[in-house]
This record gives sequence, structure tokens and C-alpha cells, in this order.
Amino acid sequence: MLQIITLLVENKTGALMRVTGLLTARGYNIDSLTVARTLDPELSRMTIAVAIEPHQRRQLIKHMNKLINVLQATDLTDSPAVIRELVLMRVRAPQESRTAILKEAEIFGARVVDSTLEGFALEATGDIEKLDEFIDIMRSYGEIEVTRGGAVAVSLESKKLRLSPPVPRGAEEGKTEEKNGVI
Amino acid sequence: MSQLMSGAKILLECLAREGVDTIFGYPGGVTLPLYDAMYDNPIRHILVRHEQNAAFAAQGYSRSTGKVGVCCATSGPGATNLVTGLVDAMMDSIPVVALTGQVTAKLIGSDAFQEADTFGITRSATKHNYLVKNVNELPQIIHEAFYIAASGRPGPVLVDITKDVFQGNAHYAPVTSIHLPGYKVYTEGHTGQIRRAAQMMLEAERPMIYAGGGIVLSNSSAELRELVELVDAPTVCTLMGLGALSSEHPNFISMPGMHGSYAANMGMYNTDLIIALGVRFDDRVTGRLNAFAPHARIIHVDIDPAEISKIRNADLPIVGDLKRVLPKINEVLRELKPEAGERPGLKAWWKQMREWKSAHPLETSVSDTEIKPQHLMREIDRLTKGKAIVCSDVGQHQMWAAQLIRFNEPRLWINSGGLGSMGFGLPSALGAQVANPDQLVVAICGDGGFQMSIPELATLFNFGLPVKVIVMNNGYLGMVRQWQELFYANRLSQVTLDGFPDPVQLAGAYGFKGRTVEKPSELAEALETAFADPGPYLLNVRVTPTENVFPMVPAGGAINEMVLTPPQPAEARK
Repeated sequence: MLQIITLLVENKTGALMRVTGLLTARGYNIDSLTVARTLDPELSRMTIAVAIEPHQRRQLIKHMNKLINVLQATDLTDSPAVIRELVLMRVRAPQESRTAILKEAEIFGARVVDSTLEGFALEATGDIEKLDEFIDIMRSYGEIEVTRGGAVAVSLESKKLRLSPPVPRGAEEGKTEEKNGVI
Repeated sequence: MSQLMSGAKILLECLAREGVDTIFGYPGGVTLPLYDAMYDNPIRHILVRHEQNAAFAAQGYSRSTGKVGVCCATSGPGATNLVTGLVDAMMDSIPVVALTGQVTAKLIGSDAFQEADTFGITRSATKHNYLVKNVNELPQIIHEAFYIAASGRPGPVLVDITKDVFQGNAHYAPVTSIHLPGYKVYTEGHTGQIRRAAQMMLEAERPMIYAGGGIVLSNSSAELRELVELVDAPTVCTLMGLGALSSEHPNFISMPGMHGSYAANMGMYNTDLIIALGVRFDDRVTGRLNAFAPHARIIHVDIDPAEISKIRNADLPIVGDLKRVLPKINEVLRELKPEAGERPGLKAWWKQMREWKSAHPLETSVSDTEIKPQHLMREIDRLTKGKAIVCSDVGQHQMWAAQLIRFNEPRLWINSGGLGSMGFGLPSALGAQVANPDQLVVAICGDGGFQMSIPELATLFNFGLPVKVIVMNNGYLGMVRQWQELFYANRLSQVTLDGFPDPVQLAGAYGFKGRTVEKPSELAEALETAFADPGPYLLNVRVTPTENVFPMVPAGGAINEMVLTPPQPAEARK
């Protein structure tokens, strides 16, 4: 079963590598990963879907939270959250199937974004399993080409974000013993 | 107020503000501007003979003082050579800042001469790392690097700096604060948990204190000692924690684990409460997990939340700095102790502990014909009296030294515990001697590990570092040979080290004294002579070639089922 992890990270070079590095070092293959800026351009929101052995989940979240560039990592697998994915799809189908395809699209709430003599381009959002079904059905009408956007998630719980305050550093000269040592 | 300065000078200024007095390093192409700035800078640079040893020496400096060790290497091979030393520091939580040069920013990715993706390569080898391409960011990053290395659970931080950053100029104004919003350091510990922990300690009938490297790193030996005396629990110190409680303290019960003492392991097996302080339940300590302390509840204090319940579930976790948490536990203990009453079980527990200790003490036999490794360690112990800095390499000698040499204070025993990097002994001793010029520093190496670090003999000579290098020479990669004997039908595969260089000629070639000692009757005098010599000294001690380290908990074995004595010789041994 896929675990869904959401992370708030600093928008910095290498932040993505540090997060994915924890997964690759343990031999986990990432099912999907999305990253984009948040309202604060210095921060990014990351959603990762990955199959992790259940007993490793807590440990992995702790390690993600230890990363300097990670402000918060949360396991959403068992907590209230909305998880959605976007699918873009091209269907090539014979003329006689067109009406049926549009009906199915309507049932899944998909939109037609392009229409040609050869078929349609469709856009659908929904939860991951629903989209799997949609793709299976569309496959039965003809040749399809699919691009999935990867899971994005938002937690329905408000979890307090605890950030560390600035630390005085470096300015005072001469107090070397104190500085280069225990803090 | 700011002034225009080169990146190289800004870097050195930031290091000075962090209190850095010594850098262990090796120059190269892209660090030329930095080394030019060092030319007339008061920070001392120790030129080693290999970058890996710069990282080990920086660790020796840090492990013996508690300060951040600093090492420096050029781009490409210089940086990649640091990697083992960085992973080693990572495994043992040693604060090290590594500075590496990188090719000019606009050449990155072009396969430039001596280019390597240092930032990518060292991602998992460090606590955090940086790539600096803009000179204006340099001061902030250097101060962040030192803060991250030394705070929380310490570790190595690498700063990769492009050549044009060293050369570029910037208006430098001292940094006054840094801000790392995502870097969480938990220090205080939960008050309620601290109280409950103290109660559990006073209720336990068969408590064991399991103290590790965290006590050493947080400088809380005095606080540990008070706790030990308040709870009156038998105390084991891990390989990383030796010296955390003085080896001469009546509550000290040796080291636990694979080559731990019988009493330590039986104690850990039979206890009803493990008080785990700055430890990580390493597989070399626990043996087979379901046979580790099966009757015990666990109190686990650690600054790193990811260590809690990683291996063994903690019944009572406390996340915090031992330096802050232990005094609070001690305070509650002092308050509760008068009402706690007698613990009848504790007396019986101590009686049992003494029986285990006397039933199977550590092997210390002496032979008339050959020097036993244990004899060598006993003699070193007799002469150092728990006061010298002893830096060990990795292998059988490391285990015998850990078993048999006393350490009356923390930061005296320096070894590569987690990573087990051969070649660590000599360069770490070099670093420790630089930091402690007036103290006796002994490097104990096997003939294998020593030969990985021989070039640093030149560094000892150049800087007049009077390290006493003791090679416990059995002509084998002894620990591997021991396993081949015990678990691979004595099919000795690639473990024979013939052709050890003559130590008199070898040390002589480097400019100091060397000697071989083979007879047990000459051992004491040979060690005394070496320790009394004002300069560096290489003492090659020929020991019983096939001696094995016991007790031994075979990998994956139960700690209460130690192999105490050599088993019957294997068939192939005839």
C-alpha cells in the first residue's frame, strides 16, 4: 500500500535530493512526487507517494524531519487528508465510440480539452483509485496516451508548525573557547 | 561597517570568529587562493599526507577536546578522499567542518579538471552540506556550518566552495545571527517524563545503566556519575562511551556487546530496567534483538528523536540534551530517594553481578615465550594509568584495548566505533596530539591498519608530534582471520600480512626511533622506553599470531550465550 507523505521544505538547491536520498538509500522506489512553491516563495510543498514497509514509516518521517531544509514532514496515510491527482489523456477512437467516450468522461467528471477527428484530449482529477478505473475504462475504447500528475495532498488537521528562531552567532570576537565547543 | 575582502580572507575571518586555531588539510589547484590567504594568517595548518587522514585527524582533534575539528581539501580527488572520514564522523556523531574547493562556478558540469560532484557525493556522508557559488553567501554559510556541526546531535558538515568565490571580493560585515527555521534541536526533556524516569529508576530491582558516546559528546560525565551513585546501578559503557564513567568507579562493569565482558552481558540480559543514555542500541551491543534484555523496561534519553525506539521500543523516552536532562533527573532522584525505601532486590542484584564478574573475568593471561595481545594491553594500561589519550585503529587490538585499558576520564579513548574504519588510529592520534601537545598520546594499531596510514609518520616528524605508535603485530588481519577460523572452517583467505617493514629502518627513514619487541620479558622496558622518548616512537610488538578475542557473541547470537573460551580447534587447523 502506498504511503502519502507531505513535506514543507525550504525552496533551496539540494532540498529535493536530501528528501529523495533518504528513500533511495533504503531502496524504496518513489511512486509519485510533486513539488511546487507555496504562498511563501521561499518554501515548497512536496507530496510523495511511496510504498514503505509499515514498521519503517515512523522512522523515515523522523529522519525527514531531521533534514535541515525540511520544516515539517507528516505522514498522511492514516490521518484525515484530501489526496488528489490530475490525469491528462489522449484517446484515439473510431467515430462510432465518440458519444460513449464523452458519456464516460462525464461520469468521471473529466473535461474535454481538445477534440480532433481522431479522438479527444481529456483532463480528469480525482483520487488515485478512481483515476485508475477511469484509465482502464478509456483503454477499452481505443488507443490511449496518459500523463499522470502525481498525488497532491492537503491535510485536514491543523498541525502546528514549529520553527526554530534565529540564533546569535559569529559576531563577538575573542570568545573562542566558548564558541568552538559545546553550545 | 563593512570592508571589501576576498572570499578566501572572509572564510579565514569567519573561521577565526568560530574559534578555529587549527586546520588539517592538503592544498590543490582550486584552493590556491585560499592557501595564499593562509600564508600570513595565524590559523595553523597541519599538512597531512592524504586527505582521508585530514578528516581523521580533525576527528582526533575534536574527539579529544570537544571542539569542532576542521579539515580542508581541494576539488575532485581531494574531496572524494575525505569521504570515509566524513562518514566515520557521521556514524560516531563527531563535529567536523570540511572545507572543499570546487571548480569555478561557470565550469561546474563541464567535466572540468579535478571536478567532482562533491555536493552530491557527500549528501549522505554529512549531517548537512553546502555548495557556495556566491561570495556574498559565504559568511552566513560558514557560521551555519559550525552551528549545525556542534549543536544537537553533532556531525560533519561540508562546505564546497567554488574557486571564483575564494577569488571574488565582497563587502564583509560580521554575521550576528543565523536562522535555520527547519533545524530542530530538542534540549530540555519533558518534565513529566523526567519525573517518571526517576521513579522507575528507584523502583527497579535490577537496574542497569547503559551509557554511550552521548555522555562524552555532551560533556556530562559528572552528571552521569551522580546518577550512577544515586541509583546505585551497575553501569556499562559502550565502545564509544568508555571513560564516560571512570573505569575505576566501583559501579563500572566493563563494556557490553560482541566482545563485552561476561558480567556486562549477563547484566544486560537479566536486568529489569535499562537506563539508556546517549546510546543507539547498536547491533554489536544487542546481539540478537529478541534475546536482548528480554525482561527489561527501557528508559531512553537521547538528543536525536530518530534514535528513540529505532531498534528497541522505549517504554519511557526522553528527547533532550543529557547535559540538561541528567541534572533534572538527579534532582528528582534526590527528592524521591529518602521516601523510596529499601530495594531488597538491589542487594541481591549486586551480589549476582559480583559473582558474574569473578566467575568469568576478562582473559589476561601472560606467557613466558610469546607476548600475548592481552599482556600488551595490560602493560599499556599499567603505564598509562587511565590518564593517557589512547587512539585505536580497528580490529582485534581495538577490542583488547577497549577491554583492558582503563580510562578515568572521557575523551581519552578515541576510536572508530560505528564505521570501523581501518587506518583511523595513527591520523586520529596525530590530531589529538596537535590539540593536546603536553599529553601522552598513544596510537594502538594492528599491522593492517597501521599500513593504511604509514605516510602520516612524516607528519608526526614534521610537526614534532611525539605520538607513541604501538603496532600490535600478529602478521594477520586478525579479526577477519578470527572469523574465518571460527565460522569458515579456518579457510584463511587473504588475511596473511607478510612483509611488514622493519620498524627501525622505517621510523629511522622518517627521522625518529623505532624498535621491535618479541620477548615477554622485554615488553615492559620497551614500552617504558617508548613512552619516555621525547619524540614520536614506533614500537612494533610481535604478539601471538592466532590469539582470538573472547568473550564473543557471534553475529546474530544471544548476549547471554557468549563464547567464553576458544572452542576446539577446527578440523582444517591440523
